[in-house]
Amino acid sequence: MRRAEPAFKLLLFFACLLPLFLLVWQGWCDLLGANPIEAITHDTGSWALRLLLLTLVVTPLRQITGWNGIMRIRRMLGLFAFFYASLHLITYLWLDQFFLWEEIWLDIEERPFITVGFAVFLLLVLLALSSPRVVMRWLGGKYWQRLHRIVYIAAIGGIVHYWWLVKADERSPQLYALFLFVLLAVRVWYSRWFAHLSGSGLPLFRPRV
Amino acid sequence: MIIKKPADIPSSEITDQQIYRDRRRFIRNTSTLLLAGMTGTVLQPRPAQAGYGGQPVAGTRPGPFSTNETPTLYKDITSYNNFYEFGTDKKSPALLSGSLKTDPWSVAVEGAVSRPGNYFLEDILKGQPMEERIYRMRCVEGWSMVIPWVGFPLSGLIKRFEPSADAKYVEFQTLLDPVQMPGQRRNVLDWPYVEGLRMDEAMHPLTILAVGLYGEILPNQNGAPLRLVVPWKYGFKGIKSIVKMRFLEQQPQSSWMRSAPHEYGFYANVNPQVSHPRWSQRRERRIGEFRKRKTLMFNGYAEQVAHLYQGMDLKKNF
Repeated sequence: MRRAEPAFKLLLFFACLLPLFLLVWQGWCDLLGANPIEAITHDTGSWALRLLLLTLVVTPLRQITGWNGIMRIRRMLGLFAFFYASLHLITYLWLDQFFLWEEIWLDIEERPFITVGFAVFLLLVLLALSSPRVVMRWLGGKYWQRLHRIVYIAAIGGIVHYWWLVKADERSPQLYALFLFVLLAVRVWYSRWFAHLSGSGLPLFRPRV
Repeated sequence: MIIKKPADIPSSEITDQQIYRDRRRFIRNTSTLLLAGMTGTVLQPRPAQAGYGGQPVAGTRPGPFSTNETPTLYKDITSYNNFYEFGTDKKSPALLSGSLKTDPWSVAVEGAVSRPGNYFLEDILKGQPMEERIYRMRCVEGWSMVIPWVGFPLSGLIKRFEPSADAKYVEFQTLLDPVQMPGQRRNVLDWPYVEGLRMDEAMHPLTILAVGLYGEILPNQNGAPLRLVVPWKYGFKGIKSIVKMRFLEQQPQSSWMRSAPHEYGFYANVNPQVSHPRWSQRRERRIGEFRKRKTLMFNGYAEQVAHLYQGMDLKKNF
Protein backbone atom coordinates (compact mmCIF):
# COMPACT_ATOMS: atom_id res chain seq x y z
CA MET A 1 0.00 0.00 0.00
CA ARG A 2 2.69 2.45 1.07
CA ARG A 3 4.67 2.03 -2.13
CA ALA A 4 1.58 2.75 -4.21
CA GLU A 5 0.83 5.99 -2.40
CA PRO A 6 2.97 8.47 -4.37
CA ALA A 7 1.68 7.05 -7.65
CA PHE A 8 -1.88 7.25 -6.40
CA LYS A 9 -1.39 10.83 -5.29
CA LEU A 10 0.08 11.79 -8.64
CA LEU A 11 -2.79 10.14 -10.48
CA LEU A 12 -5.29 11.96 -8.30
CA PHE A 13 -3.48 15.24 -8.92
CA PHE A 14 -4.03 14.91 -12.65
CA ALA A 15 -7.56 13.65 -12.17
CA CYS A 16 -8.33 16.85 -10.25
CA LEU A 17 -7.03 18.89 -13.17
CA LEU A 18 -9.25 17.05 -15.66
CA PRO A 19 -12.34 19.26 -15.20
CA LEU A 20 -10.22 22.31 -15.99
CA PHE A 21 -8.71 20.70 -19.10
CA LEU A 22 -12.17 19.65 -20.22
CA LEU A 23 -13.45 23.19 -19.78
CA VAL A 24 -10.57 24.71 -21.75
CA TRP A 25 -11.03 22.09 -24.46
CA GLN A 26 -14.75 22.86 -24.68
CA GLY A 27 -13.97 26.56 -24.91
CA TRP A 28 -11.46 25.86 -27.66
CA CYS A 29 -13.96 23.83 -29.67
CA ASP A 30 -16.82 26.28 -29.09
CA LEU A 31 -18.77 23.62 -27.17
CA LEU A 32 -19.78 25.74 -24.20
CA GLY A 33 -23.13 26.61 -25.74
CA ALA A 34 -24.89 29.91 -26.25
CA ASN A 35 -23.85 31.36 -22.90
CA PRO A 36 -20.21 30.34 -22.34
CA ILE A 37 -19.67 32.58 -19.32
CA GLU A 38 -22.61 31.00 -17.52
CA ALA A 39 -21.31 27.54 -18.45
CA ILE A 40 -17.84 28.34 -17.05
CA THR A 41 -19.34 29.79 -13.86
CA HIS A 42 -21.54 26.75 -13.25
CA ASP A 43 -18.83 24.22 -14.08
CA THR A 44 -16.13 25.70 -11.84
CA GLY A 45 -18.67 26.14 -9.03
CA SER A 46 -19.84 22.55 -9.30
CA TRP A 47 -16.30 21.20 -9.14
CA ALA A 48 -15.42 23.36 -6.15
CA LEU A 49 -18.40 21.90 -4.28
CA ARG A 50 -17.72 18.32 -5.39
CA LEU A 51 -14.07 18.47 -4.33
CA LEU A 52 -14.98 20.09 -1.04
CA LEU A 53 -17.37 17.20 -0.32
CA LEU A 54 -14.69 14.73 -1.43
CA THR A 55 -12.33 16.05 1.25
CA LEU A 56 -14.98 15.03 3.76
CA VAL A 57 -14.96 11.47 2.40
CA VAL A 58 -11.32 11.00 3.39
CA THR A 59 -11.74 10.64 7.16
CA PRO A 60 -14.63 8.13 7.04
CA LEU A 61 -12.68 6.14 4.46
CA ARG A 62 -9.71 5.98 6.78
CA GLN A 63 -11.93 4.93 9.63
CA ILE A 64 -13.49 2.16 7.60
CA THR A 65 -10.38 0.88 5.84
CA GLY A 66 -7.78 1.71 8.46
CA TRP A 67 -5.58 3.08 5.68
CA ASN A 68 -3.82 6.04 7.30
CA GLY A 69 -1.91 6.99 4.17
CA ILE A 70 -5.11 8.26 2.64
CA MET A 71 -4.84 11.32 4.89
CA ARG A 72 -2.10 12.59 2.61
CA ILE A 73 -4.51 13.28 -0.20
CA ARG A 74 -6.90 15.30 1.93
CA ARG A 75 -4.94 18.51 1.77
CA MET A 76 -4.53 18.16 -1.98
CA LEU A 77 -8.26 17.67 -2.48
CA GLY A 78 -8.96 20.64 -0.23
CA LEU A 79 -6.55 22.85 -2.14
CA PHE A 80 -8.11 21.79 -5.42
CA ALA A 81 -11.54 22.68 -4.03
CA PHE A 82 -10.09 26.10 -3.23
CA PHE A 83 -8.54 26.28 -6.70
CA TYR A 84 -11.90 25.69 -8.43
CA ALA A 85 -13.68 28.02 -6.01
CA SER A 86 -11.13 30.69 -6.94
CA LEU A 87 -11.71 30.11 -10.66
CA HIS A 88 -15.45 30.32 -9.95
CA LEU A 89 -15.08 33.65 -8.16
CA ILE A 90 -12.69 35.05 -10.77
CA THR A 91 -15.13 34.08 -13.52
CA TYR A 92 -17.86 35.97 -11.72
CA LEU A 93 -15.75 39.05 -10.95
CA TRP A 94 -14.06 39.22 -14.33
CA LEU A 95 -16.03 37.59 -17.13
CA ASP A 96 -19.48 38.10 -15.64
CA GLN A 97 -19.26 41.48 -13.91
CA PHE A 98 -16.12 42.83 -15.54
CA PHE A 99 -14.91 44.26 -12.21
CA LEU A 100 -17.85 46.62 -11.82
CA TRP A 101 -17.33 46.81 -8.08
CA GLU A 102 -20.53 48.74 -7.51
CA GLU A 103 -22.59 45.99 -9.12
CA ILE A 104 -20.61 43.30 -7.35
CA TRP A 105 -21.13 44.92 -3.97
CA LEU A 106 -24.87 45.27 -4.63
CA ASP A 107 -24.97 41.59 -5.62
CA ILE A 108 -23.28 40.54 -2.38
CA GLU A 109 -25.66 42.77 -0.44
CA GLU A 110 -28.94 42.03 -2.20
CA ARG A 111 -28.72 38.46 -3.41
CA PRO A 112 -28.68 35.95 -0.54
CA PHE A 113 -27.09 33.20 -2.60
CA ILE A 114 -24.19 35.46 -3.51
CA THR A 115 -23.82 36.65 0.09
CA VAL A 116 -23.50 33.04 1.22
CA GLY A 117 -21.21 32.11 -1.67
CA PHE A 118 -18.89 34.98 -0.88
CA ALA A 119 -18.80 34.09 2.81
CA VAL A 120 -17.96 30.48 1.96
CA PHE A 121 -15.08 31.65 -0.20
CA LEU A 122 -13.64 33.64 2.71
CA LEU A 123 -13.79 30.50 4.86
CA LEU A 124 -11.99 28.56 2.14
CA VAL A 125 -9.28 31.24 2.06
CA LEU A 126 -8.76 30.70 5.77
CA LEU A 127 -8.52 26.95 5.29
CA ALA A 128 -6.13 27.26 2.35
CA LEU A 129 -3.87 29.73 4.18
CA SER A 130 -3.60 27.43 7.16
CA SER A 131 -2.95 24.32 5.10
CA PRO A 132 0.88 24.37 4.87
CA ARG A 133 2.71 22.20 7.39
CA VAL A 134 4.51 25.25 8.79
CA VAL A 135 1.25 26.94 9.69
CA MET A 136 -0.08 23.70 11.11
CA ARG A 137 2.95 23.40 13.40
CA TRP A 138 2.79 27.05 14.33
CA LEU A 139 -0.90 26.75 15.29
CA GLY A 140 -0.45 23.45 17.05
CA GLY A 141 -2.43 20.34 16.15
CA LYS A 142 -5.33 21.06 18.47
CA TYR A 143 -5.97 24.59 17.30
CA TRP A 144 -5.39 23.66 13.70
CA GLN A 145 -7.98 20.92 13.97
CA ARG A 146 -10.45 23.24 15.61
CA LEU A 147 -9.92 25.84 12.91
CA HIS A 148 -10.38 23.28 10.20
CA ARG A 149 -13.78 22.27 11.53
CA ILE A 150 -15.07 25.30 9.61
CA VAL A 151 -14.87 23.04 6.59
CA TYR A 152 -18.28 21.73 7.71
CA ILE A 153 -19.71 25.25 7.66
CA ALA A 154 -18.12 25.82 4.25
CA ALA A 155 -19.66 22.61 2.87
CA ILE A 156 -23.11 23.43 4.21
CA GLY A 157 -22.74 27.00 2.94
CA GLY A 158 -21.67 25.77 -0.47
CA ILE A 159 -24.80 23.67 -0.77
CA VAL A 160 -27.00 26.54 0.45
CA HIS A 161 -25.37 28.80 -2.15
CA TYR A 162 -26.27 26.30 -4.85
CA TRP A 163 -29.77 25.63 -3.50
CA TRP A 164 -30.73 29.31 -3.41
CA LEU A 165 -29.51 29.84 -6.93
CA VAL A 166 -31.78 27.16 -8.38
CA LYS A 167 -35.09 28.41 -9.73
CA ALA A 168 -37.49 25.50 -9.42
CA ASP A 169 -35.80 22.17 -9.94
CA GLU A 170 -34.08 21.46 -6.63
CA ARG A 171 -33.12 17.86 -7.28
CA SER A 172 -29.45 18.47 -7.88
CA PRO A 173 -28.75 20.52 -4.71
CA GLN A 174 -30.83 17.98 -2.79
CA LEU A 175 -28.47 15.23 -3.93
CA TYR A 176 -25.46 17.19 -2.73
CA ALA A 177 -27.20 17.80 0.59
CA LEU A 178 -27.99 14.10 0.97
CA PHE A 179 -24.38 13.22 0.29
CA LEU A 180 -23.18 15.68 2.93
CA PHE A 181 -25.79 14.38 5.38
CA VAL A 182 -24.50 10.82 4.95
CA LEU A 183 -20.92 11.99 5.50
CA LEU A 184 -21.87 13.81 8.68
CA ALA A 185 -24.02 10.92 9.89
CA VAL A 186 -21.10 8.52 9.46
CA ARG A 187 -19.00 10.78 11.67
CA VAL A 188 -21.61 10.90 14.42
CA TRP A 189 -22.11 7.16 14.22
CA TYR A 190 -18.37 6.49 14.29
CA SER A 191 -17.67 8.71 17.26
CA ARG A 192 -20.48 7.04 19.24
CA TRP A 193 -19.25 3.64 18.26
CA PHE A 194 -15.74 4.63 19.23
CA ALA A 195 -16.90 5.83 22.64
CA HIS A 196 -18.69 2.52 23.09
CA LEU A 197 -15.64 0.49 22.10
CA SER A 198 -13.17 2.44 24.17
CA GLY A 199 -15.41 1.89 27.15
CA SER A 200 -15.18 -1.86 26.60
CA GLY A 201 -11.39 -1.77 26.23
CA LEU A 202 -11.35 -3.49 22.85
CA PRO A 203 -8.47 -2.82 20.42
CA LEU A 204 -9.00 0.06 18.07
CA PHE A 205 -7.71 1.14 14.76
CA ARG A 206 -8.62 4.74 15.28
CA PRO A 207 -5.46 6.57 14.30
CA ARG A 208 -4.03 9.62 15.96
CA VAL A 209 -4.83 12.88 14.24
CA MET B 1 -46.92 55.61 -31.06
CA ILE B 2 -43.81 55.25 -33.15
CA ILE B 3 -43.85 52.56 -35.75
CA LYS B 4 -40.34 51.79 -36.85
CA LYS B 5 -39.54 51.09 -40.46
CA PRO B 6 -39.59 47.37 -40.97
CA ALA B 7 -36.49 45.57 -42.18
CA ASP B 8 -36.55 45.23 -45.95
CA ILE B 9 -33.97 42.50 -46.21
CA PRO B 10 -34.88 39.09 -44.81
CA SER B 11 -32.65 38.64 -41.78
CA SER B 12 -31.40 35.33 -43.10
CA GLU B 13 -29.52 37.12 -45.86
CA ILE B 14 -27.64 39.64 -43.79
CA THR B 15 -24.50 37.78 -42.86
CA ASP B 16 -22.06 36.45 -45.30
CA GLN B 17 -20.23 33.29 -44.59
CA GLN B 18 -16.89 34.98 -44.06
CA ILE B 19 -17.96 36.96 -41.03
CA TYR B 20 -19.67 33.95 -39.54
CA ARG B 21 -16.56 31.83 -39.96
CA ASP B 22 -14.37 34.62 -38.62
CA ARG B 23 -16.35 34.67 -35.43
CA ARG B 24 -15.89 30.96 -34.95
CA ARG B 25 -12.18 31.29 -35.50
CA PHE B 26 -12.07 34.18 -33.08
CA ILE B 27 -13.69 32.18 -30.34
CA ARG B 28 -11.38 29.28 -30.95
CA ASN B 29 -8.30 31.41 -30.93
CA THR B 30 -9.14 33.17 -27.73
CA SER B 31 -10.15 29.88 -26.19
CA THR B 32 -12.22 30.34 -23.07
CA LEU B 33 -12.79 34.02 -23.73
CA LEU B 34 -9.75 34.81 -21.67
CA LEU B 35 -8.25 37.16 -24.19
CA ALA B 36 -11.61 38.75 -24.75
CA GLY B 37 -11.74 39.18 -21.01
CA MET B 38 -8.49 41.10 -20.98
CA THR B 39 -9.34 43.42 -23.82
CA GLY B 40 -13.07 43.68 -23.27
CA THR B 41 -13.73 42.77 -26.87
CA VAL B 42 -17.33 42.48 -27.88
CA LEU B 43 -18.25 39.40 -29.87
CA GLN B 44 -20.72 40.59 -32.44
CA PRO B 45 -23.53 38.13 -32.93
CA ARG B 46 -24.34 37.43 -36.55
CA PRO B 47 -27.19 35.47 -38.01
CA ALA B 48 -26.13 32.20 -39.52
CA GLN B 49 -26.66 31.39 -43.15
CA ALA B 50 -29.97 30.93 -44.87
CA GLY B 51 -31.66 27.57 -44.83
CA TYR B 52 -31.72 25.81 -41.51
CA GLY B 53 -33.49 22.78 -42.88
CA GLY B 54 -36.91 23.88 -41.70
CA GLN B 55 -40.02 24.50 -43.72
CA PRO B 56 -40.52 28.15 -44.69
CA VAL B 57 -43.65 29.88 -43.44
CA ALA B 58 -45.57 30.78 -46.58
CA GLY B 59 -46.47 34.38 -47.27
CA THR B 60 -44.29 35.96 -44.60
CA ARG B 61 -43.89 39.70 -44.91
CA PRO B 62 -41.88 42.16 -42.87
CA GLY B 63 -44.00 43.45 -40.01
CA PRO B 64 -43.91 46.61 -37.87
CA PHE B 65 -41.92 47.21 -34.66
CA SER B 66 -38.85 45.26 -35.80
CA THR B 67 -35.55 46.28 -34.28
CA ASN B 68 -32.55 46.78 -36.53
CA GLU B 69 -30.27 45.14 -33.98
CA THR B 70 -28.41 42.07 -35.19
CA PRO B 71 -30.42 38.91 -34.60
CA THR B 72 -28.99 36.24 -32.32
CA LEU B 73 -27.61 33.17 -34.10
CA TYR B 74 -30.21 30.59 -35.09
CA LYS B 75 -28.03 27.96 -33.44
CA ASP B 76 -28.17 29.82 -30.11
CA ILE B 77 -31.90 30.59 -30.26
CA THR B 78 -32.64 26.91 -30.83
CA SER B 79 -30.16 25.35 -28.38
CA TYR B 80 -30.47 27.55 -25.30
CA ASN B 81 -34.08 27.29 -24.16
CA ASN B 82 -36.12 27.39 -21.00
CA PHE B 83 -38.88 24.89 -21.69
CA TYR B 84 -39.26 22.94 -18.46
CA GLU B 85 -41.66 20.50 -20.09
CA PHE B 86 -38.53 19.02 -21.65
CA GLY B 87 -36.17 19.38 -18.71
CA THR B 88 -34.89 22.19 -16.55
CA ASP B 89 -31.51 22.76 -18.16
CA LYS B 90 -31.13 24.86 -21.27
CA LYS B 91 -29.94 22.08 -23.56
CA SER B 92 -32.65 19.50 -22.86
CA PRO B 93 -35.47 21.11 -24.88
CA ALA B 94 -33.46 20.91 -28.11
CA LEU B 95 -32.52 17.30 -27.36
CA LEU B 96 -35.85 15.99 -26.09
CA SER B 97 -38.57 17.98 -27.84
CA GLY B 98 -38.44 15.85 -30.98
CA SER B 99 -41.06 13.64 -29.37
CA LEU B 100 -43.67 16.41 -29.47
CA LYS B 101 -46.28 15.88 -32.17
CA THR B 102 -47.49 19.25 -33.41
CA ASP B 103 -49.76 17.95 -36.17
CA PRO B 104 -52.69 17.60 -35.65
CA TRP B 105 -53.02 20.43 -33.13
CA SER B 106 -56.02 22.22 -31.75
CA VAL B 107 -56.67 25.04 -29.33
CA ALA B 108 -59.61 25.09 -26.93
CA VAL B 109 -61.23 28.51 -26.50
CA GLU B 110 -63.31 28.92 -23.34
CA GLY B 111 -64.86 31.50 -21.07
CA ALA B 112 -66.33 34.90 -21.79
CA VAL B 113 -66.55 34.68 -25.59
CA SER B 114 -69.50 34.22 -27.94
CA ARG B 115 -67.61 31.74 -30.08
CA PRO B 116 -66.01 29.18 -27.77
CA GLY B 117 -64.93 25.80 -29.06
CA ASN B 118 -62.11 23.60 -30.18
CA TYR B 119 -60.29 25.14 -33.09
CA PHE B 120 -57.91 23.28 -35.35
CA LEU B 121 -54.59 25.04 -35.81
CA GLU B 122 -55.31 25.35 -39.54
CA ASP B 123 -58.48 27.30 -38.77
CA ILE B 124 -56.69 29.55 -36.33
CA LEU B 125 -53.99 30.38 -38.85
CA LYS B 126 -56.38 30.83 -41.77
CA GLY B 127 -56.33 34.40 -43.02
CA GLN B 128 -53.82 35.62 -40.42
CA PRO B 129 -51.21 38.02 -41.78
CA MET B 130 -47.84 36.29 -41.34
CA GLU B 131 -45.25 38.89 -40.41
CA GLU B 132 -41.60 38.81 -39.51
CA ARG B 133 -41.10 40.69 -36.25
CA ILE B 134 -37.55 41.05 -35.01
CA TYR B 135 -38.00 41.51 -31.26
CA ARG B 136 -35.72 41.74 -28.29
CA MET B 137 -36.29 38.94 -25.80
CA ARG B 138 -35.20 39.46 -22.20
CA CYS B 139 -35.13 36.47 -19.88
CA VAL B 140 -35.69 37.01 -16.15
CA GLU B 141 -32.36 35.23 -15.62
CA GLY B 142 -30.42 38.19 -16.97
CA TRP B 143 -29.72 37.22 -20.56
CA SER B 144 -31.30 38.42 -23.76
CA MET B 145 -31.57 37.68 -27.46
CA VAL B 146 -32.81 39.34 -30.64
CA ILE B 147 -35.24 36.96 -32.31
CA PRO B 148 -36.73 37.19 -35.80
CA TRP B 149 -40.15 35.71 -35.12
CA VAL B 150 -42.77 34.89 -37.68
CA GLY B 151 -46.27 35.35 -36.38
CA PHE B 152 -49.47 37.33 -36.37
CA PRO B 153 -51.06 39.81 -33.96
CA LEU B 154 -52.98 38.13 -31.15
CA SER B 155 -55.61 40.88 -31.29
CA GLY B 156 -56.94 39.74 -34.68
CA LEU B 157 -57.44 36.20 -33.40
CA ILE B 158 -59.12 37.32 -30.18
CA LYS B 159 -61.59 39.49 -32.10
CA ARG B 160 -62.69 36.39 -34.04
CA PHE B 161 -63.77 34.72 -30.81
CA GLU B 162 -65.89 37.78 -29.95
CA PRO B 163 -65.04 38.25 -26.29
CA SER B 164 -67.77 39.70 -24.08
CA ALA B 165 -67.46 42.67 -21.73
CA ASP B 166 -66.66 40.21 -18.93
CA ALA B 167 -63.43 39.19 -20.61
CA LYS B 168 -60.88 41.20 -18.62
CA TYR B 169 -58.04 38.71 -18.83
CA VAL B 170 -56.93 35.90 -21.08
CA GLU B 171 -55.28 32.79 -19.70
CA PHE B 172 -53.13 30.46 -21.79
CA GLN B 173 -52.23 26.84 -21.17
CA THR B 174 -49.49 24.63 -22.56
CA LEU B 175 -50.13 21.03 -23.56
CA LEU B 176 -50.24 18.59 -20.64
CA ASP B 177 -48.86 15.27 -21.82
CA PRO B 178 -46.09 13.62 -19.77
CA VAL B 179 -45.62 11.00 -22.49
CA GLN B 180 -44.61 13.58 -25.07
CA MET B 181 -43.20 16.02 -22.55
CA PRO B 182 -40.87 14.07 -20.26
CA GLY B 183 -40.20 17.07 -18.03
CA GLN B 184 -43.81 16.90 -16.83
CA ARG B 185 -43.13 13.56 -15.12
CA ARG B 186 -41.59 15.51 -12.25
CA ASN B 187 -43.49 18.17 -10.32
CA VAL B 188 -40.98 20.93 -10.90
CA LEU B 189 -43.93 23.23 -11.64
CA ASP B 190 -47.66 22.75 -11.22
CA TRP B 191 -48.42 21.41 -14.71
CA PRO B 192 -49.78 22.39 -17.14
CA TYR B 193 -47.87 25.65 -17.59
CA VAL B 194 -50.22 28.60 -17.29
CA GLU B 195 -49.70 32.22 -18.25
CA GLY B 196 -51.99 35.19 -18.60
CA LEU B 197 -52.36 38.70 -19.91
CA ARG B 198 -54.66 41.59 -19.17
CA MET B 199 -56.99 42.14 -22.09
CA ASP B 200 -55.37 45.42 -23.16
CA GLU B 201 -51.96 43.71 -23.13
CA ALA B 202 -53.30 40.86 -25.23
CA MET B 203 -54.84 43.29 -27.72
CA HIS B 204 -51.69 45.42 -27.97
CA PRO B 205 -50.24 45.47 -31.52
CA LEU B 206 -46.83 44.33 -30.20
CA THR B 207 -48.29 41.09 -28.86
CA ILE B 208 -48.12 38.24 -31.32
CA LEU B 209 -48.60 34.52 -31.55
CA ALA B 210 -45.50 33.10 -33.23
CA VAL B 211 -45.43 30.11 -35.55
CA GLY B 212 -41.97 30.61 -37.02
CA LEU B 213 -38.39 31.67 -36.51
CA TYR B 214 -35.91 32.99 -39.09
CA GLY B 215 -38.59 32.57 -41.76
CA GLU B 216 -39.13 28.91 -41.02
CA ILE B 217 -41.66 26.86 -39.06
CA LEU B 218 -40.97 27.10 -35.32
CA PRO B 219 -38.73 24.32 -33.95
CA ASN B 220 -40.36 22.34 -31.13
CA GLN B 221 -37.92 23.62 -28.50
CA ASN B 222 -39.05 27.17 -29.21
CA GLY B 223 -42.71 26.38 -28.54
CA ALA B 224 -44.14 24.86 -31.70
CA PRO B 225 -46.64 25.01 -33.14
CA LEU B 226 -48.03 28.15 -31.50
CA ARG B 227 -46.48 30.36 -28.83
CA LEU B 228 -47.01 33.75 -27.28
CA VAL B 229 -44.52 36.60 -27.72
CA VAL B 230 -44.85 39.69 -25.52
CA PRO B 231 -41.57 41.52 -26.05
CA TRP B 232 -41.82 44.02 -23.18
CA LYS B 233 -42.24 41.24 -20.61
CA TYR B 234 -39.76 38.67 -19.30
CA GLY B 235 -39.42 35.60 -21.49
CA PHE B 236 -41.35 33.25 -19.23
CA LYS B 237 -44.57 35.11 -20.11
CA GLY B 238 -44.15 33.80 -23.67
CA ILE B 239 -46.00 30.55 -23.11
CA LYS B 240 -45.19 27.77 -25.57
CA SER B 241 -47.16 25.04 -27.36
CA ILE B 242 -50.51 26.60 -26.50
CA VAL B 243 -53.58 24.31 -26.34
CA LYS B 244 -56.02 26.47 -24.42
CA MET B 245 -57.15 30.08 -24.15
CA ARG B 246 -59.64 31.09 -21.45
CA PHE B 247 -61.25 34.49 -21.25
CA LEU B 248 -61.78 35.46 -17.64
CA GLU B 249 -63.10 38.23 -15.46
CA GLN B 250 -60.58 37.55 -12.68
CA GLN B 251 -56.82 37.77 -12.99
CA PRO B 252 -55.49 34.26 -13.63
CA GLN B 253 -52.63 32.80 -11.62
CA SER B 254 -49.61 31.80 -13.65
CA SER B 255 -47.47 28.75 -12.93
CA TRP B 256 -44.56 30.88 -11.73
CA MET B 257 -46.80 32.95 -9.46
CA ARG B 258 -47.94 29.72 -7.84
CA SER B 259 -44.40 28.39 -7.62
CA ALA B 260 -42.79 31.49 -6.05
CA PRO B 261 -45.24 34.36 -5.50
CA HIS B 262 -42.65 36.72 -4.02
CA GLU B 263 -40.38 36.27 -7.03
CA TYR B 264 -42.80 36.31 -9.95
CA GLY B 265 -45.75 38.62 -10.36
CA PHE B 266 -48.56 38.64 -12.87
CA TYR B 267 -47.19 41.50 -14.95
CA ALA B 268 -43.51 40.51 -15.23
CA ASN B 269 -42.71 43.62 -17.22
CA VAL B 270 -39.02 44.06 -17.93
CA ASN B 271 -37.96 46.63 -15.36
CA PRO B 272 -34.34 47.42 -14.48
CA GLN B 273 -35.47 49.16 -11.30
CA VAL B 274 -37.24 46.17 -9.79
CA SER B 275 -34.71 43.60 -8.72
CA HIS B 276 -35.34 39.88 -8.57
CA PRO B 277 -34.04 38.05 -5.47
CA ARG B 278 -31.72 35.95 -7.64
CA TRP B 279 -30.81 38.25 -10.47
CA SER B 280 -30.10 41.93 -10.73
CA GLN B 281 -32.29 43.24 -13.51
CA ARG B 282 -30.21 46.34 -14.07
CA ARG B 283 -28.13 44.73 -16.77
CA GLU B 284 -28.27 41.79 -19.12
CA ARG B 285 -25.96 39.69 -21.23
CA ARG B 286 -26.99 39.64 -24.86
CA ILE B 287 -26.26 36.12 -26.07
CA GLY B 288 -23.22 36.33 -28.35
CA GLU B 289 -21.86 39.44 -26.68
CA PHE B 290 -19.21 39.59 -24.02
CA ARG B 291 -19.90 42.62 -21.86
CA LYS B 292 -23.27 43.09 -20.24
CA ARG B 293 -25.50 45.89 -21.44
CA LYS B 294 -27.99 48.02 -19.56
CA THR B 295 -31.52 46.68 -19.41
CA LEU B 296 -34.11 49.09 -20.78
CA MET B 297 -37.46 49.88 -19.21
CA PHE B 298 -40.12 47.64 -20.77
CA ASN B 299 -37.25 46.05 -22.69
CA GLY B 300 -36.99 49.15 -24.87
CA TYR B 301 -40.70 49.18 -25.77
CA ALA B 302 -41.67 51.90 -23.28
CA GLU B 303 -42.91 54.23 -26.02
CA GLN B 304 -45.41 51.63 -27.12
CA VAL B 305 -46.56 50.20 -23.78
CA ALA B 306 -45.80 52.54 -20.87
CA HIS B 307 -49.30 54.05 -21.07
CA LEU B 308 -50.83 50.65 -20.22
CA TYR B 309 -49.42 50.91 -16.72
CA GLN B 310 -49.97 54.59 -15.95
CA GLY B 311 -50.66 55.19 -12.29
CA MET B 312 -49.66 51.68 -11.31
CA ASP B 313 -46.95 51.03 -8.74
CA LEU B 314 -44.66 48.78 -10.73
CA LYS B 315 -42.71 47.83 -7.64
CA LYS B 316 -45.87 46.26 -6.24
CA ASN B 317 -47.23 45.03 -9.55
CA PHE B 318 -43.99 43.39 -10.62
